[in-house]
Formats: sequence, C-alpha cells, structure tokens
Amino acid sequence: MLWFFQWCYQTSIGEGIRESTWLFPVIEAFHLIGLGLTIGAVLLVDLRLLGFGLVKQPVAQLATSVEPWLFGSLALMFASGIPLFVSEAIKCYNSFPFWVKMTSLFLVLLFTFTIRRRVTQTNADARPLLSGRVTAVVSLGLWFGVAWGGRWIGFS
Amino acid sequence: MSPLDFFAWLGDSDWSTNLHESRYAYPLIESVHVWTMAVFFGSVAMFDLRLMGMIMRKVPLGEVVRRLLPWTIAAFAVMVVTGTLLFFAIPLRSYQNIFFRSKMLLMVLAGLNVWIFHSRVFPKAIDAEAAAAPPRAARIAGALSLVLWTGIVFSGRMIAYNWFDCDRQPQPDIVNFLTSCVPGE
Repeated sequence: MLWFFQWCYQTSIGEGIRESTWLFPVIEAFHLIGLGLTIGAVLLVDLRLLGFGLVKQPVAQLATSVEPWLFGSLALMFASGIPLFVSEAIKCYNSFPFWVKMTSLFLVLLFTFTIRRRVTQTNADARPLLSGRVTAVVSLGLWFGVAWGGRWIGFS
Repeated sequence: MSPLDFFAWLGDSDWSTNLHESRYAYPLIESVHVWTMAVFFGSVAMFDLRLMGMIMRKVPLGEVVRRLLPWTIAAFAVMVVTGTLLFFAIPLRSYQNIFFRSKMLLMVLAGLNVWIFHSRVFPKAIDAEAAAAPPRAARIAGALSLVLWTGIVFSGRMIAYNWFDCDRQPQPDIVNFLTSCVPGE
C-alpha cells in the first residue's frame, strides 16, 4: 500500500501545498470548521438520545432537520482533509494516530448511516431508550477517535 | 513595565518554560482546546442556524437557548482555561502574533454580538415567535455570530503557523506596527 501513499505525496497538489507557507494552515482551518459543524450536528442528536439537550423534541425530527448540515460538513471535511493528507501522505503512512483516525472514521460513517440512522428514525419514544443511549455512546466514542487521531497526527 | 517587558518576564518564569517544553502537557492542553472548540463551535453554529431559520424551525427559540446554552457555556469555560494556559506557555510570541491579535479582536466583537443579542434581540424574538419567521435582527445576529466565530477559528489555527513572526524579517512596516515588532532586537 506504500506505493499509493508515495504516489499521493508526489502529486502536484501535494507539492503545491508543501511549497506554500499559508496553504496548509488555511486548508486546516477549513477542516476545523468542518469538524465543528460535524460535531454540532452529531451532538445535537446524540445528546438527545442520551436524555440531554432538546429532550422535548422527537429524535427523528431533530435528526432529519440537521442531516443536510451533517452531509455538508462531512463534504467539507473530505474536501479539505484529502489535500492535507496528500501533502504529507508518507508521514501519515508511518503515523499511528493516522491509522486510528482512518479506522474510526470508516467505522463511524458506517455506523452513522446504518444503525444510528435507523435508531434515530424509529426512536419515537419521548424517554431515552437503552438502544438510543448505546447508539449515542458508540457514535460519540468513534467521533472522539477521529478527533484524537486527527489532532495527534500533527504531534507525531 | 511595558506589555513587552511583562510578557517577556512571564515567559522566563519556570512555570511558563516548563509548560512550553513539556512533552505531554502542552500537546494535551492544545488537544483539549481543539476538541472543546468542536463542541463549542458546533453548538454555537447549530444555534445560529436556528436563529437564521435554517434548521429546527419547529423547536421554540427559548427551548433551544435553555437546553443548549449550558453546554456552550461549559465548553467556552474549558476553552478559556486551556487557551490561557497555551498563551501562558508562550506569552511574548503570542502577544506579538498578528493572528493572536486578530483572534482577540474578533472575540471582543463576538462578545459584543452575544451581549446585544441577549439584551435586545432575544426578548423580542421570543415575543415574535408565535407570529412567524424569526425577526430580521435575530437572523443578522446569527449570521454575524457564524462569521465571527469562523474568523476566530481561522485566526486560532494560524497562530501556530505565524509567518509574520518578529524573527522573520524583513516584514512590511505595517506588519511590524501591528505586531509591535522591533526588527533587529
């Protein structure tokens, strides 16, 4: 798999970002805005599943309302994250936090658009249910894995 | 004692030096700062979008404030504590950092926006709620908040990459003026 990382690293996009003083931090800032929006959209629903936040509102209604923003912010994360990755792909290949992040990201996306989606759409009960609580804990735990890895790639 | 002397003195203290050079404490504090930022910015953005009438239109504004604001405030408190520690570890360089300065300025503006919103706009918005769409003032406050906090996140991220650092001369006079840098010192 290393050849793929090497290929990414030597693309003109990767090279351009490495040669610029300000491109990397600016793209990183967009990535952080995406992170904030994603966590906001996720937290609103997960808090509700845990019995905090907007407890009077039906879970399905909240989840449907913020879903376009979840998709939009994820798109922003990918659009900014891929160039960041490409510019330092070889470093990422050797970075433990990077692999933690990618594994968590894969799992959380899978979980969000299958089980979590099903739970939020069917959880009609006003009280928080065990299934909802477990879903929220898994979702937040995996997102924390993504955020932990993301921050610590930079420290390695 | 000028601010420059004061922050130089602060940076020479054992506490500041140890924090700056620590292997785990500094990165850990920085991590907590950015993770909490996600919670803070996320909750602020969701509220702003609600103010602008873009999400959760069916949820009363008062309920959103009552149920979400405590989380926003808690996250903000953690950001202030961790942010202060980060500044304390590198005081003089941060004080002379143009991005740190723009961040502080934008924070004052964001604070003003919060103050005006909660003292003037919010009470009226609650009254008008039963009627129809969110009032114009509420939508403006929401949009302003989003723009200002986005600017704050951008400035915050740039602090660590400061390409206008005092040690990177020559810089245009205007930059040295804005950063209180004295080239050659």
